[in-house]
Amino acid sequence: MIELSDVSASYGNVPAINGVTINVGEGEAVGLLGANGAGKSTTLRAISGLVKLTSGAITFLGVDLASLPPHKITELGIAHVPEGRQVFPEMTVNENLEIGSYAPRAKADRASSLDLVYSIFPRLAERRKQLAGTMSGGEQQMLAVGRGLMLKPRLLMLDEPSLGLAPVMCDVTFEKVAEIHKMGTAILLVEQNVSRALTLVQRAYVLESGKVILDGTTAQLAGNKQVQAAYLGI
Amino acid sequence: MLEILAQAVINGLLIGGIYALVSIGVTLIFGVVKIVNFAQGEFVMIGMYISFFLATQFGIDPIVSLAVSMPVLFVIGVLIQHFLIRRVLGLNDLPQIFLTFALSLLIVNLSLMLFTANYRTVHTWYSDEAFRVGGLYIPVAKLVAFVLAMILSGALWIFLHTTDLGKAMRAASQNRDVAQLMGINPNRVFAVALGIALALAGAAGSLLMPFYPAYPLVGQVFVLMAFVAVVLGTLGNVIGALIASLLMGVAESLGIQFIGADSGLIVVFMLLLITLALRPSGLAGGRRR
Ligand SMILES: Nc1ncnc2c1ncn2[C@@H]1O[C@H](COP(=O)(O)OP(=O)(O)O)[C@@H](O)[C@H]1O
Ligand SMILES: [Mg+2]
Repeated sequence: MIELSDVSASYGNVPAINGVTINVGEGEAVGLLGANGAGKSTTLRAISGLVKLTSGAITFLGVDLASLPPHKITELGIAHVPEGRQVFPEMTVNENLEIGSYAPRAKADRASSLDLVYSIFPRLAERRKQLAGTMSGGEQQMLAVGRGLMLKPRLLMLDEPSLGLAPVMCDVTFEKVAEIHKMGTAILLVEQNVSRALTLVQRAYVLESGKVILDGTTAQLAGNKQVQAAYLGI
Repeated sequence: MLEILAQAVINGLLIGGIYALVSIGVTLIFGVVKIVNFAQGEFVMIGMYISFFLATQFGIDPIVSLAVSMPVLFVIGVLIQHFLIRRVLGLNDLPQIFLTFALSLLIVNLSLMLFTANYRTVHTWYSDEAFRVGGLYIPVAKLVAFVLAMILSGALWIFLHTTDLGKAMRAASQNRDVAQLMGINPNRVFAVALGIALALAGAAGSLLMPFYPAYPLVGQVFVLMAFVAVVLGTLGNVIGALIASLLMGVAESLGIQFIGADSGLIVVFMLLLITLALRPSGLAGGRRR
């Protein structure tokens, strides 16, 4: 449903990704793995329009994204849960979720989406009136994911949802993402925690210095010597 | 003595309401668009002249002419955002500072040319009326201005906290990139922020007209106070700006009463310096609402 072909993007004159070609099919869960600074976040930012492409093309369900501003890309049904959660700290949990369905495609179904998010994350329901900035990292991560779900996304992009979370919260987060995937949402999961990511996705790409150096099914990658040595500590 | 004190506090609160309308606009623009609008006082002046002309040409009461000055200034705000500010966003701070500064100078000089430097006043039937409560004296025009200023501030708060567009503005002020990921068009919320801020300045102008003269440089009186209130109340914080404006009105009034007629601003700026020294991010701390 989404295809990046030969996508490059840079910050100023410094290239961050260089000729990235990846795709995610309907209902698929795909991983984008790699070390810090490999260009994973930049790839997601290129998809959602926050960084402009210097070359290459991105199409989503046949629509060319390169010329669209971020808010129009969101309206197509691509939810981007950014690295470091980035909830709106001075808004309540409920307001954060409401704003997640600001886009016209999601607004009419706000009430049912809220019910769904609160049923997936009962912890958020208990804290509806709490300011998001006063919650724990794990709770903020749930909120960021829930806020993404409020868009009723066709594609949910998650940027290191386990970053900085205690192991228990990390488990919970991955469980919830698996649950969301089972409901039929396509997922593009960025992770440094490769072993965890491979439990969730069907396929993955490995990024290094802004380039895809490996790709394959979960089983292929888990069996790959290079992946084992560099990312799985085997 | 107690009565003099109470009277000074009342005078300060009443004018503080006007300061609040100006400073809330400045803080809203800063919070959402991240620019400092040095021309905010000039839009108060435009609001005053709109009410002045409607009063002298058509006999319309300045309070009633709020219904004209606010929408006119809203539209001016949207146009300024669309045609001027939008072009300097994303650049460094200097073009932004010079843009609103140049706008301020342009408007002042245009009004000197069009309206001359003469003081213009509107005398309404309530301009000299006052309530007397105990020994206290409450001018009707100032009371009306204060009450309407509080109603408008409250309406803005309700807008920001209950409507989608208002929440989108708060979201954009807290994290612009992520706001875009929510489907928020930044140009749209910036235009609305400018529109609302200028409409509030226009309202301040109309509300001043029954008891304050209009002249091309009048905006500077109010913008100075507004900037102090915005810093005291923590940049970008609407409630902070409101409370700080009322405090500053009272501080100024106490200064005039107890130190000397020219000393109001001395007290205000002392308050600012002490606050900045003790709480550099303003009375509301780092919080932005
Ligand atoms: N805002 C930025 N400004 C300049 N360079 C950046 C910025 N963000 C990332 N980079 C650089 O781009 C490269 C890719 O970064 P990023 O996409 O964040 O990697 P990852 O998410 O895989 O850790 C890195 O070299 C990083 O230093
Ligand atoms: Mg990253």
